[in-house]
Amino acid sequence: MKIKDFIKENIFYLDGGMGTMLEEELAFGELPERLNVTAPEKIESIHRAYFEAGCNLVLTNTFGANSLKFSETELNGIIKAAVENAKRARENSTGDQPKFIALDIGPTGKLLKPYGAFAFEEAVSALAKTARLGEKYGVDCIVIETMSDSYETKAALLAVKENTALPVFVSNAYGKDGKLMTGGTPAAMVALLEGMGADAIGVNCSFGPTEMQGVVEELLKKSSLPVFVKPNAGLPVVKEGKTAYDLDEETFAEKTAAFLDVGARGVGGCCGTTPAYLKKLIEKAKGKAPLPVTEKNITCVSSYTHAVEFTAPVLIGERINPTGKKRFAQALKERDTEYVLAEGLAQQEKGAHILDVNVGCPGIDEKTELPRYIESLQAVSALPLQIDTSDPEAMEKALRLYNGKAMINSVNGKKESMERIFPLVKKYGGVVVALTLDERGIPETAEGRVEIAEKIIRKASEYGIAKKDIIVDPLAMAISADKNAAGVTLTALRMLREKLQVKTSLGVSNVSFGLPNRETVNAAFFALALENGLSAAILNPHSLEMLKTCYAFNALRGLDENCEEYIRFASCLSPLAQAQTLASPQSEKSAETDGSALQKAIVKGLKEGAKEACKKLLEEKTAIEIVEGEIVPALDTVGKGYEEKRVYLPQLLMSAEASKAAFEEIKLSLLKSGKTQEKKCKVILATVHGDIHDIGKNIVGTLLENYGFEVLDLGKDVPPEKIVEETLKERAPIVGLSALMTTTLPSMEETVKRLREKAPWCKIIVGGAVLNAEYAEKIGADGYGKDGMQSVRFCQTVYEQSKK
Amino acid sequence: MLEKIFVKTYAPPPVCEKEILRYAGVKEGEAFAPLLKACLAETEISCRVCYLATEREKFFSLFGRESKLLSRRLKNCAYVLLFAATVGIELDRKIMRYTKLSPSKALFFQAIGAERIESLCDLFCEELALECAKSGYATTQRFSPGYGDFPLERQKEIFALLDCPRKIGLTLSDGGLMSPTKSVTAIVGIGKGERKEEKKNCHSCEKIDCAYREL
Repeated sequence: MKIKDFIKENIFYLDGGMGTMLEEELAFGELPERLNVTAPEKIESIHRAYFEAGCNLVLTNTFGANSLKFSETELNGIIKAAVENAKRARENSTGDQPKFIALDIGPTGKLLKPYGAFAFEEAVSALAKTARLGEKYGVDCIVIETMSDSYETKAALLAVKENTALPVFVSNAYGKDGKLMTGGTPAAMVALLEGMGADAIGVNCSFGPTEMQGVVEELLKKSSLPVFVKPNAGLPVVKEGKTAYDLDEETFAEKTAAFLDVGARGVGGCCGTTPAYLKKLIEKAKGKAPLPVTEKNITCVSSYTHAVEFTAPVLIGERINPTGKKRFAQALKERDTEYVLAEGLAQQEKGAHILDVNVGCPGIDEKTELPRYIESLQAVSALPLQIDTSDPEAMEKALRLYNGKAMINSVNGKKESMERIFPLVKKYGGVVVALTLDERGIPETAEGRVEIAEKIIRKASEYGIAKKDIIVDPLAMAISADKNAAGVTLTALRMLREKLQVKTSLGVSNVSFGLPNRETVNAAFFALALENGLSAAILNPHSLEMLKTCYAFNALRGLDENCEEYIRFASCLSPLAQAQTLASPQSEKSAETDGSALQKAIVKGLKEGAKEACKKLLEEKTAIEIVEGEIVPALDTVGKGYEEKRVYLPQLLMSAEASKAAFEEIKLSLLKSGKTQEKKCKVILATVHGDIHDIGKNIVGTLLENYGFEVLDLGKDVPPEKIVEETLKERAPIVGLSALMTTTLPSMEETVKRLREKAPWCKIIVGGAVLNAEYAEKIGADGYGKDGMQSVRFCQTVYEQSKK
Repeated sequence: MLEKIFVKTYAPPPVCEKEILRYAGVKEGEAFAPLLKACLAETEISCRVCYLATEREKFFSLFGRESKLLSRRLKNCAYVLLFAATVGIELDRKIMRYTKLSPSKALFFQAIGAERIESLCDLFCEELALECAKSGYATTQRFSPGYGDFPLERQKEIFALLDCPRKIGLTLSDGGLMSPTKSVTAIVGIGKGERKEEKKNCHSCEKIDCAYREL
């Protein structure tokens, strides 16, 4: 019998602790995986004891067996021996229960980028080697366990799915707060794991069965897959000078077996549990019948922290999109990531639940740019993302790197579209937006659109994609072109809900195209659409009318308990609250009405003030006059104050932010007249290889941009060859390098040496806490930036000299 | 045989605004009060500590005696406690977010992170000292890899002993850097004796040009 079939009908018992059993054997620093080779009898005897206790599924002793810890040859030997040990245990054990062997995969112990230094694809390929060897030596399935980060969990599952055909069970370690170490909730993990095709979902380690209860309940509520539980033998305590776990066999068994009564399908043990614990557990569970695993039919997407379910109307922010937006398109061309991030975060603040991400515009290579923006956005925003591109290759790259279950925009009824998109939905998971159009165009009738929806759902099921993972968009069309357009869409919505029971979404604002005062029409249409069953809307979260409609609808339709959400929203609408939010910029303005308002605002670090003052100045002065006559002198005042220690670092940065706000106004005005701002020269910045401290480097970057330099920030932990490559490519006249630790200074020296060889023209400035002028000279740099302002002065001098 | 590792979680310790301002490079803080307040309101941390205690000789057999400073520090100690503490990854997220959007806020979150993790370590060490005092033991000040002649490379051994990734979600890169970044590993000596009230002071430090030196 196959394990997948076995768990369909039966409760299954996993094994208990392995590390616990090896504690006596291991000297400090010895890797337990090596014992597979050096002490095979010992390992076999532990496995055998678990089989004797009645366990169905024994995990090989390969928790840390990956290519980060072992050479390829040794890894091969370890996994081969590990599987053989388990197989021998199976053969030599008595007991007639079905017995299976799982390859155990634990976390790498490294945190993935951007918060750690370990790249996602590196994690995938490291774990892929382990998975392939497991399949080669004949395990029945793979158990990925103790994962405390959603991104690494995804890397591990992807590694297994891409490289083997084995069933795979995935178990996470949650903290006391019921979340993963990096913030993921059980619901978010269910979304991710179900989407990618795990065969069972579990929880293990961290603590005992009592503390796990909340997480298990949550998993059971959300998961349509079998759930398994492997708790520790309680918590460690000191007893008579010795440390031990606080639950005895009896208590552990009782509490753990109780999970079967609420719907868990598999139970076992983790740290501190032994064959005696498992024997007790299996005794306690005797006679319990497995509860059915039911389809929960939850439509949801997820980020690294949480899942968003499509129960109440879901608002999808549409602003990350260059269509019809010159300034946005310019930001994409200049790779101005912060502009895009700011657009995302502003929508989050307005209450968007999901962010649509579309970076398609002429001159942009979506295959590299879309994944880059997805990575940047998911580093700063906890909202799930909707990946919006017509390029399937860009879609796949973005989906691969996405840390969660994404929304996919979009598929349609054309054969080609379905054949390209559905395999991606199946592999990476996701909720896909299905547009009701096909080779014949957009049907004019509601029935026609529903038919296409049916076709898409049918085709999706051939790929194994459930209806719950499809959101149908019956397309909102302009009523200015066809007076019945809205009616057709609304009828289609109702039919989709009633006939197909499928979730729906609309780009609401299309309906008012060509009409004046579009918001009024949009809001009314939105209300009608919601009443006809709309589940999600792609809209501009800055539109107050749309938000009003949404909050009012939820309150009216009983989706807002005690009207709490509505009341909170309305309190921001009251005249008093509005007066308060307006008060600060106005008072800033009134205090700064004379000629140098902009300068004062910058010196004081007032963002709003600088923005407004600059707007006003642009009515009478040219951009260049403002930059040279107002902004630069103001920055100099602050910079000088900083050098003379009258101004503190945060003040310097606040002024930089204020001047940035002013520059934004200048950019907008230049765009209107079709010009772009002149830049001084390129400066490449990087924190050297091995170092991830970047605060100093970022401050230098901010200041340099203010002074008109074109900054190319390569980030942190940048290898020397990458810095050389970019310097050559850009023929950059200045390179700034940063290092914070004594251990990374050699890496800085190496980078300087290589730059000198390959790019002799460029001037190098170095900085960082461990450096001084003397050392900078010793490693051959041209300058030492003691602080941000000194670095600016250095670059200005280089630029002035180059002009001569 | 390896010692068992214990894990403790804490509610956020009381905030010391003066320390935050010091880390942010500010001497008089009034002008920054609104910014600091806004940043503190956004601060979410999740405080976790894992630790184990072992006999001194066993400690030296694992770590060697290459650091004279550490050997001196542990001279009268019977036991050595190793701990790792973190305030979690949320602050790293905040710092990354504001690095792009508001560098001054990013700077404040850096400073808040430094203060938060130090306060957490203070809290843990204070609890430990009180606990030890009950049975007539006293503790030394905490001592971390990278202090004086105790090499940063010893992080590897500390991580191996404390199983930090699994216990508190703290990881070490190949280059020896910790993430979440607002984290500390340290060693505390425990010996028979009266508890001494020790004040943190900068006088004992050799780095006299330090920007954060308090004198």
